[in-house]
Order: sequence, then C-alpha cells, then structure tokens
Amino acid sequence: MKNLFVALLLVLPLLSGCTKKENEIVIGEYDSLTGSDATFGLSTNKGVRLALDEINAAGGVKGKKISLVTLDDQGKNEEAASATTRLITQNNVVAILGGVASGRSKAAAPIAQSHGVPFVSPASTNPDVTKAGDYVFRVCFIDPFQGLVMAKFASENLKVKKAAILRDVKNDYSVGLADVFSAEFKKRGGEIVADLSYQAGDIDFKAQLTQIRSKNPDAIYIPGYYTEVGLIAQQARQLGLKVPLMGGDGWDSDKLYEIGKDAINGNYYSNHYTTESTDPAVTEFIKKFKAKYSETPDALAALGYDAAKILVAAIERAPDLSGKAIRDELAKTKDFPGVTGKISLNENRDAVKSAVVIQVDGNNRKFITTITP
Amino acid sequence: MQDFVQHLINGVSLGSIYALIALGYTMVYGILKMINFAHSDVYMVGAFAAYYFARWIGIENDPGLSTLLTLIVVSMICCSLLGLVIERLAYRPLRNSPKLNVLITAIGVSLFLEYSGQVVFGADPKVFPEVMKDFVIFSIGNVEVRSFDVTVLVVGLLAMLALQFLLFKTKIGRAMRAVSANPMVASLMGVNPDRIIAFTFVVGSSLAGVGSVLVGMKYPKIDPLMGMMIGLKAFVAAVLGGIGNVGGAVLGAMIMGLSEEMVVAYLSSTYRDALAFGILIVILIFKPAGLLGKYSVEKV
Repeated sequence: MKNLFVALLLVLPLLSGCTKKENEIVIGEYDSLTGSDATFGLSTNKGVRLALDEINAAGGVKGKKISLVTLDDQGKNEEAASATTRLITQNNVVAILGGVASGRSKAAAPIAQSHGVPFVSPASTNPDVTKAGDYVFRVCFIDPFQGLVMAKFASENLKVKKAAILRDVKNDYSVGLADVFSAEFKKRGGEIVADLSYQAGDIDFKAQLTQIRSKNPDAIYIPGYYTEVGLIAQQARQLGLKVPLMGGDGWDSDKLYEIGKDAINGNYYSNHYTTESTDPAVTEFIKKFKAKYSETPDALAALGYDAAKILVAAIERAPDLSGKAIRDELAKTKDFPGVTGKISLNENRDAVKSAVVIQVDGNNRKFITTITP
Repeated sequence: MQDFVQHLINGVSLGSIYALIALGYTMVYGILKMINFAHSDVYMVGAFAAYYFARWIGIENDPGLSTLLTLIVVSMICCSLLGLVIERLAYRPLRNSPKLNVLITAIGVSLFLEYSGQVVFGADPKVFPEVMKDFVIFSIGNVEVRSFDVTVLVVGLLAMLALQFLLFKTKIGRAMRAVSANPMVASLMGVNPDRIIAFTFVVGSSLAGVGSVLVGMKYPKIDPLMGMMIGLKAFVAAVLGGIGNVGGAVLGAMIMGLSEEMVVAYLSSTYRDALAFGILIVILIFKPAGLLGKYSVEKV
C-alpha cells in the first residue's frame, strides 16, 4: 500500500505534467515519509501542502497553478540525494523544498546547487547546511542562535547572575548551543560557574550535578535531548537543586514530561514556534491546519508552511522561472510575515527570525516570551 | 566535605548498579570460561518484559513492594527463558569449537538482540513504570541517603551472598564447580554438563532480570541500546575484580562506580570514561588477574 502510494505520487505528476505543463509550475519536495523519523517528514509535508493549496485556491502564481511532487527519502541520506536528482532531472522542478534532518540536507543540497535549482530547507538547523552554495536557503534559525536566545532570556528575564552548563559532549548540536550560550552570557556580565559534560546514553548524572550544586548557580543550561534531560531534571531535584533548568528545541517532546515528571515542570527551553502564540498569523494557521487535518500543527508543520510560502513569494516576484531568477528573489526575502516569526534571509542564506521561550507545564508548552535577535 | 560524602554515596550507588550486571558476567565466565556479551542485552529484554507486563496487567501506576516484586519475578522468568534459548541455539552447538568462535557468536547474539529490539520495541525511549516511591532515609546537611540507592546496594550484596552460597554450599554448586574445573571428568562422575551449563545461564540471566527492574526503577528510561554502555562497564568491573570471582565482581563494580564519580568531581567530566578506564588499566598492570583473581580457591 505504501509503495503504491509512493508510486502514485511519482506517476501522477508525470502524467499531468505531460498534459498541462503550460499552466503549471512544478515544485519538488523530498522528506522522510517513512522510516524512524517519519513524523518529522509527515508534519512538514502537511504544512507544505496546506500552503500550496491556499495559494492555488487564491489563483496560483503568475496565473499558473502550482503542483507538488513529493518523494520519500525513507530517512536515509542516500535516498535524499537520489530523490533530489530525480526531482531535477525527471520532474523538471523549478525549486526544491528539502527535508528536516540536517544530515540529509547536506547530502541533497549540493546536488540542487550543481544543477542551479533553488533549494529551501524548512527545518535543518545545522550551520553547515547552507554552506553548500548560493542556491541553498533555510527558513529556520541555526543551532547556535538558540544559545544566544537563552543567554538573553537568562540574564534579562530570569535575572541570572551565575549559570552552570551541562552539555552533551558527543553531540555537535549541544556543544554548539553551549558554546554560544557561554560566550553571550559572559558578554552580558554573567558568570559561568561550572561547565560540565555528559554523554548521550548516560543514565547517572549525579556526579556532575553534585559538582554543580557546590558552585551555587542561579540556573543550569542543559542543551541536550529530552531523553537525557528528563533524567537530569529528576536527579537535580533529588540532590536539592531547585534552580531553573534551561534548554533548546531538543527538549520538545511529550516524552520529556513522561520521563522527568514533576521535576521538569516549570523549566524553560527555546523553540521555533508555539501554538499558544496570540499572533493572528499563528492563530489563523492553526485554525486552517486543524480544519484540514484535524490535528494541532507542530513546529515542523509550521516551518514547512513558511518554507513553501516564502518560496512561492519568490517565484511570484521573479521575472521568469529560471533557477537564477528565483534564487535572486529568494535572497531578497525580508521581513516575511511567517507563522514562525518575521523571517529575513541573511547573506549566508540563513533565516534571521525570532525564537520563543517555552515553559514546561505537564504536557502543555506554556508560552513565556518571544526573543528577537 | 559534604560534597565529598555526597560523591561517595553517588559512587557507591552507581557501583551497586554495575555490580548487579557484573555478577552475571562473572558467573557465566566462572563456569564456562566464556564471555557472554549478550548478557547486557538479556538485561535490556528484561526491562522491556517488565515494562510491557506492567502495562498489560495495569500496575504501571501502582507503586509498592508488591509491584516491585511482581516485576522482578516476571523479568527474571523472561530473562531465564531467553538465556536458555540463547545457550541452546547459539552456544551449545559451539561447545567444542575454539574459544574465539564462541566469543564472536556472543557478540553476534548481542547485536542481534539490540537491533531486533529497535525493530520490535521501537528505537524511541520508553518510560519505565513507577514501581516504588523514592524517599529520603536520612540526611545530614544537604547530603541525603535515598531508599533506591539503599535498595540497589542491598539487593546487590544479597545476590552476591546468594551466589556464594549456591556455589559453595549446595550440591548443584559443587557440580557447577566440577564442570568448571573439567567438564569431561565431571560427566564421568555423573554430572550432566549440558544441564549444569543451562542452569548457569538461568542463574546469570535471572540476575540480569533483577538488575533490569532495579535500574528501571532508579532511572526510568529504557531503550533497546540501554545495555551497551552499562554492559561494557559492568564487564570491565568484573575483569577488574578478577573475572570468575563473585566477590571480585562486586568489589570491581564499586571501584568502577567510585572512580567515575571522583573523576567527574575532581578532574574532568569530559574525560570521565577515559580517566576512569585509565585507572583500571593501571590497576590491571599491577594485578593482571584482577584484584581478587589470584585466589584460585575462591574461583567458581
């Protein structure tokens, strides 16, 4: 059944492409529709489809409808690369919306670059992704930015003077966030009293936490994944550490509360977007998304939606449908009113936008504040 | 000073976790002279068996002693059965092959369980049911001794004593030591080595079962690769204490737990494993057979 579905996805646009090529613009998308992180790909895909449906319902772009070709990368780097090649050479897409995982974007983006096809990643946050070349863009912030956000939040909102860091030393993401947090926090006059590390897969963190406790910090920054953070929070509370814990979007999972229970409540992390925002762009998006899929959109759906909207806006502005023309317009994106914030693309083709700070409250994600760069 | 005492308690508590797993390694090695690398994955399966059983009969939100004991028994049974199957299918056919073949098979079984676990249970972590309420037994200043830590330590020590008793005071224990010394001669004396070896696997695996529930209780996050690192450390602890020696396994595990803890506390958390393992290398240079390994009388 799944194969049939993918086959249909492949074949349908080909058939329709033959007949109505003249009044259609084809955009390609690859994502993990199956595999271990299928939820990422499915969410993004829903966001993208919602955006394109809206655009088509409003009359399309340049008087033409947009059609979407979606290929499944099965969560594998090599499939992402071959899907990209297929989209460009067989489906003749004018631009590509990439998948979520940074590793797969790194495999796919250079191919789009070498064919001169604009590539927009919705959610790959690794800094290196857009270094593939000048046709590669993204609409999400990059990893280190979250460190900046939390440093600002800690010193301005929580009035933290002394902070401790507990980083996952095996994880580039965690190390990146921790480094930026440390630098920014010191710049703001704060003091890092302890900078300790653990490794993903560890279950006992009491040695590090006892050490942190002896330094009396006002807050602890733990930019790891929810799998370890839940246990860290529990053990910190057991040791009598009652100061706020802070983290990044690696915390964003329902499992965080299941593992950490009450110990994780009241702590803060940075994220791309929140369903609790009162911004009309967000509430409108959530309403439409729920109407179409009867579920609440997550951050990835919102990023997929924004990526599609930004790409189409660039196509609309471009004088023709050549890769170069679309690329040039994409690069000019400024203050685009997206669901995940006001998005501008900088000279590195990364998004400059705000992040939100969320407080864990059981399985709810309580919106605290928006932090702009 | 308070911090030092806290580190000491943390280290012993971590050491008792390693001890529970290390006993299983040392047990099988003592009898069979083979390293059962699949042991830490039997432990993983035990944790999942307890997890699914608790959900199935609906006691995952019912903390108490009866829940703990039920899950320990369930996990022990599942682990014993798995241990028996592994022994029968993977190790017994290789009984007369070179040691290296058995070792590689053990690694194969280990990987097979880990990755089958990812397919069957899913790669995302599961939350182990709350089987007991953790509470503070006593505290001095901000140093606290908690019930979980004491439970794990006591169970670890009891398991060690029970094993000693089993090996040195019972008939089957004598048979096990006989098989360990010379399987051929033992069978001439009316001991069935196959049955003794199968029994050894049952005992070793049920220790993994006990360990899995206690670790799940203390660190309520289980995943199919949970056995990897803890297994490696427990194995090293068993070697450090003198593999094959029951008391040595516990001693080695305590040293392992304490050295990890103290490295983080007074040296560097980034190089924790490197330095902790470094200490072990130094000990093994001076005591190649492990700390208690030379007392061959005590060898099982």
